[in-house]
Amino acid sequence: MIINHPLLGPRDASEFVYLGDACLMNRPAWVGERIEGEDANDAKTAEALQQYHDYVHLRQNNAGEHKELWYHEQGDRSWLVVTRNTITHEIYNVELAKDVALANKTARASQGGKK
Amino acid sequence: MRNSGFRYTGFRYSGFKVIKEALTGHKGWKPVWRTPEPKKEYDIIIIGGGGHGLATAHYLASRYNITNVAVLEKGWIGGGNVGRNTTIIRSNYLHPENQPFYELSMKLWEGLEQDLNYNAMVSQRGVLNLSHSDSQNDAYVRRGNSMIMSGADAQLLDQEGVRELYPFLDFDNARFPIKGGLLQKRGGTVRHDAVAWGYARGADSRGVDIIQNCEVTGFLIKDGKCTGVKTNKGDIGAKKVASCVAGSSSRVMSQAGMNLPIESHVLQAFVSEGLKPIIDGVITFGAGHFYISQSDKGGLVFGGDLDMYNSYAQRGNLPVVEDVCEIGMAILPAIGRAKLLRNWGGVMDMSMDGSPFIDRTHIKGLYFNGGWCYGGFKATPASGFCYAHLLATDTPHEVAKGFRLDRFQTGNVIDENGRGAQPNTH
Repeated sequence: MIINHPLLGPRDASEFVYLGDACLMNRPAWVGERIEGEDANDAKTAEALQQYHDYVHLRQNNAGEHKELWYHEQGDRSWLVVTRNTITHEIYNVELAKDVALANKTARASQGGKK
Repeated sequence: MRNSGFRYTGFRYSGFKVIKEALTGHKGWKPVWRTPEPKKEYDIIIIGGGGHGLATAHYLASRYNITNVAVLEKGWIGGGNVGRNTTIIRSNYLHPENQPFYELSMKLWEGLEQDLNYNAMVSQRGVLNLSHSDSQNDAYVRRGNSMIMSGADAQLLDQEGVRELYPFLDFDNARFPIKGGLLQKRGGTVRHDAVAWGYARGADSRGVDIIQNCEVTGFLIKDGKCTGVKTNKGDIGAKKVASCVAGSSSRVMSQAGMNLPIESHVLQAFVSEGLKPIIDGVITFGAGHFYISQSDKGGLVFGGDLDMYNSYAQRGNLPVVEDVCEIGMAILPAIGRAKLLRNWGGVMDMSMDGSPFIDRTHIKGLYFNGGWCYGGFKATPASGFCYAHLLATDTPHEVAKGFRLDRFQTGNVIDENGRGAQPNTH
């Protein structure tokens, strides 16, 4: 597989290390952070624990289009979000994970603003 | 009388029959299982006609007298991972949740051919794990003791012991010298296709319907209870539905709205051209993933690491081919003269702790068996046996009670390698 690095151009996949589903970028608040505060209660703690369990251990594991994290270890050490087909190995899109994270943050902020 | 319910649809195999057929142009062989249309309803539907699904059906029928069972297979039976593995059997695990299970599997392998009256070519030729450092020797002492405590056999070899077995290994390799090994003599290889066929024949002859080209496209779930499946051959009702489709577990279970603690990865395997006998057992590299044996046809059968990225393609990429061949050369330089004949890939359920699942789900009547990582073949008999036990009695079998879906929530992970929730490293 050839990964078309946004900064460095086409690079062989063997230069990269694979981490997994890009949902790993969306870490829920750690339980310790959430149960603090005045409105903390057991139900909220249980929900937070469940969310954290799901985040760490459960995967959609899509057959088809899959957004995933690759680390350019033998290159510029950037993290990339690669959109790839898990059935054909075809790569549709490669972005810097930093850009994706910033876009997610902006999207969350604007959603929060609407409320 | 364990076999009192056994009715042979065709014939028993015998030497006489082989000679008769040889002389009459092999025109008298009959199919060894039927091709039935699905009934409206079954007691139990097993999704997946691979080794584990067919074994489950066989043990349900033969040990628990439950024969109103259908095995639904999307393609043809034995066309998935049971036909794509490197055929190794062993019971050399460490953890108490794993080792007794795999030892039960080994005992079932030892009696398999008599149980099925089918030649599966079970060959206990020995599995040798090489050790490359003093600390690895120490770890093998611990593992060997764990194996012996579960009733399995284990033998620690020093360098001379390994040299006696395989004098042609590269003992003085600069990076990974061979210091010794852990030998399980009862381990070995089995003719993988014959396992699927033997179990299919055993189940079919007791009345189990094996329905091929029947893809499950959804579950019939009402009020939190599973009452059957939707298929390309219409809806089929069932009191219990048992998924058994390792490699595609996430795809099938997503139809019941479940996300699993599993990623699908591709693992490649290789066969060389046929050679004269050189390796009479199974040898595994201790400092990475590599394992090799020689088939009865003479081909060297070997494999190595995953390709490391999520994949449902039954083929891998070249960097891993190179990696596997490099490891092969490091322990067995003579392999460099052999030509590679074929390589292929199989899709693995890689679980979050490297161990499997045989469990109920939160949906009543829906059961799950999967997450076998790349150790599914050796587990086939015990997986079928324990899954049949769970389906028949609704209680987990004693040696499989650790294989729960909720173990990441309860903290009871079974992580042989201590890698954490990173499926491609197990």
